[in-house]
Amino acid sequence: MPYGWWGRLLEVDLSTKSVKVTKVDRSTMRRYIGGRGLGVKILWDRLGRKWEEVDPLGPDNILLILTGPLTGYYPGGRVCVTGKSPQSNGVVGSTVGGEFGVELKCAGYDGLIVNGVAEKPIYLWIEDEEVDVRDASHIWGKDSRETLRVLTKELRSEMSKERPLSDVCKEPSILYVGPAGENKVRIAAVAAKITHAAGYGGYGAVMGSKMLKAIAVKGTGPLPEVAEPDVFEKALDDVCKSLAQSFMMRYWGTGSAGYTVGADTSSEPIRNWQEEWHDETKYGSSFFESKVWIKRFWGDFGCPTTCLKLAMIKYGKFKGTLTDNPDYELQAYLGTNLGVFEPEGGVYLSAKADDLGLCGIQVGNTLGFAAELYQRGILTKEDLGFELKWGDVESFARLQEMIAHRIGIGDVLAEGTYRAALKIGKMKNVNLMPYAVQVKGIGVGAHGIRSGLDYTKPTAYVCSLQGGDHTSVSNLDEKNRPEEWEIILIDSAVVCWFNFRKEHVYRFFKAVAGWNISEDELYSETAPRIAAIQRALLLLGGPDVYWDPRVDDDNPLRFYEPLPSGPKKGATVKKEDVDKLKRIYYEVAGWDEYGLPRVEALEKLGISEVGKALERVKQRLQTS
Amino acid sequence: MGVCVLNEEKAKIWIFRDYERCSGCRRCEIACSLKHEGRIWPEASRVRVFMLIPGLEIPHLCTQCPDYPCISACLFKALTIDEKTGAVLVDVDKCTGCGKCIDACPGKVPFIHPRMRYAVICDLCGGEPECVRVCMEAGYNALLKVPRFATQAYKVYARKPEDIVKDLALKVYGEEWEGWI
Ligand code: SF4
Ligand code: SF4
Ligand code: SF4
Repeated sequence: MPYGWWGRLLEVDLSTKSVKVTKVDRSTMRRYIGGRGLGVKILWDRLGRKWEEVDPLGPDNILLILTGPLTGYYPGGRVCVTGKSPQSNGVVGSTVGGEFGVELKCAGYDGLIVNGVAEKPIYLWIEDEEVDVRDASHIWGKDSRETLRVLTKELRSEMSKERPLSDVCKEPSILYVGPAGENKVRIAAVAAKITHAAGYGGYGAVMGSKMLKAIAVKGTGPLPEVAEPDVFEKALDDVCKSLAQSFMMRYWGTGSAGYTVGADTSSEPIRNWQEEWHDETKYGSSFFESKVWIKRFWGDFGCPTTCLKLAMIKYGKFKGTLTDNPDYELQAYLGTNLGVFEPEGGVYLSAKADDLGLCGIQVGNTLGFAAELYQRGILTKEDLGFELKWGDVESFARLQEMIAHRIGIGDVLAEGTYRAALKIGKMKNVNLMPYAVQVKGIGVGAHGIRSGLDYTKPTAYVCSLQGGDHTSVSNLDEKNRPEEWEIILIDSAVVCWFNFRKEHVYRFFKAVAGWNISEDELYSETAPRIAAIQRALLLLGGPDVYWDPRVDDDNPLRFYEPLPSGPKKGATVKKEDVDKLKRIYYEVAGWDEYGLPRVEALEKLGISEVGKALERVKQRLQTS
Repeated sequence: MGVCVLNEEKAKIWIFRDYERCSGCRRCEIACSLKHEGRIWPEASRVRVFMLIPGLEIPHLCTQCPDYPCISACLFKALTIDEKTGAVLVDVDKCTGCGKCIDACPGKVPFIHPRMRYAVICDLCGGEPECVRVCMEAGYNALLKVPRFATQAYKVYARKPEDIVKDLALKVYGEEWEGWI
């Protein structure tokens, strides 16, 4: 028996309604770890040969929900949602906090593979070894909160009835989609609990395309045994004690950044990134705190950090609105990026994104894009049906609804910023890429690069395996190694970025899984192997979009405009510098002049078959 | 308070619980199951955290009712009181898993072990509660170890999580959430 994981994946085919257990062997686990890495491997094995033909929203795509060997052991429960992304047409390892991964493991599985498409709305109910594909017509069309409420209630009352005794049973853990996912909106998230979401990648749309409204799981067993129980308990104590020290993070979460990233680092998106500086102290964390935060510490399984705060508005026109913090990303994307500078407005729009099942970052990016088109007279009142002025919370909420339900112009915006820019550009006969702040189909996270003061360096998004994803950036670290290699480890072990402490994680690998992973092994083998496949799949792309690294390994055009305001006024990055840095990055990553993983490197990593697939990319690039 | 101090039952402890402070981190479940089962096993933890309404998690554990209805209900004398701490101890050899203690408990605190046929009840860890240690270490302080007095309203804590959370929801989230569960 392996330690820390079971070697068992639950595989469901929705077309045939069949269920089986698929084994994962030790060497695969050791090489690909779990989560993002294992996902990339499974997708490559199963779809690599015909990747370009696989429609991310068609029956051939595979939805993967994967834990990692540290899930449940390392503080902060998370699970990785992946598949072929309807945003980047590559693979995005999208992780979400909560107890789902732990429940799944307690049910005896390391993950879930969902194939095919159901004929009508269904949900999956996994209770240890019993797996049921069930009708979901009663929750189809329901918003997030109602979906969760109805499912929790019905499953819990069913579990209670099954019990011969009067003891109370705990709730199952549920992943679900809101209306946006059902309507195959490419910027739809997969949600957990309330206000928890796997946003990047657009896997809510993948669930919707499979008519899969939700997945509920209850595992009554223990987590797998660990390799070194005593060392593990000590390691757990140590890391928890150390994490509990991060006072500011615990107290404010990422919320204080809503002010500081604007005021101090000048890297916060404002009005679709036309500016990145603000000094609105009334948007600081103390205002959120005193007006709308109702719960300071809310943590996922085992977490001493609890970055998530709960916000609720108890007064005025947005009364009753409940959401998280909003965390920094949404303070920025559903606040400043839309010219909204009152906490209530951001909380309202963030809760709306939750209810509709939209990714808050992506929809904030797309709303900002649309508002700039309105500002420039490219989108008009006739196109929208109403005015879309900066700071107008109600209009943005209305547009969110239209996106989630694909109504009017919302149908186009539902394709996400990149595809909407192409479509509206064609409609209006203008190039809209200067206003589309995205990389490879993914709106960039709320950390700009122009001021040079944030953690995001000039190539942060340029070579990222996950496009604009701010949690998977392609910086070079202080030892001149790709920072994304370490992020691959984080997403494959499936631990939380905020809880990641290098020494502790390596210690956990040893104590939990019995793996002696050295930093050297990570940087020379494990991460480059996963990265090479992920890069290959990204560049294979298709069927509706293909990336050309010569053009698309680049920043959004906006990032080459000088910052117009603030202490960093005039700051920008230069295209030629970025190109130079990009060459260095390619070199370090083991990629050739096209940005394709080198054949020799692939051979060394034992994945030479990836090289053959890359021939297809090379051909495309040479003929275009 | 002065009167109560006089009535302090020597060396007996109680686990104070403040639901509003609970972060839902479930570190108590992790610690309790590691100690008693040697594994991380939320469903077998003597303290179980219920998330019937997200954001309002309820750590659910025995409160040591002064009249111990569970003990009187047991037909097999499987339950006894730990002289030292006041905890309910389960004799797993005598316990048949009949569930009479659960019926008798106003809070439906005991449950049958998910793999074995015996009841599971908090044993106060012999006086050094693991759940309290980790909860305090994390700074949440939702569970605290306090001295036990003879005259305190301990029994009111023996309530079903669905009832506790309904009240809490009214207070924290408002009326709209009353019908959630
Ligand atoms: S350890 Fe404390 S804060 Fe965490 S779930 Fe248990 S009672 Fe709540
Ligand atoms: S809370 Fe329940 S289990 Fe504990 S002493 Fe009271 S009746 Fe017994
Ligand atoms: S005191 Fe000990 S047995 Fe009781 S709930 Fe806490 S950890 Fe479990």
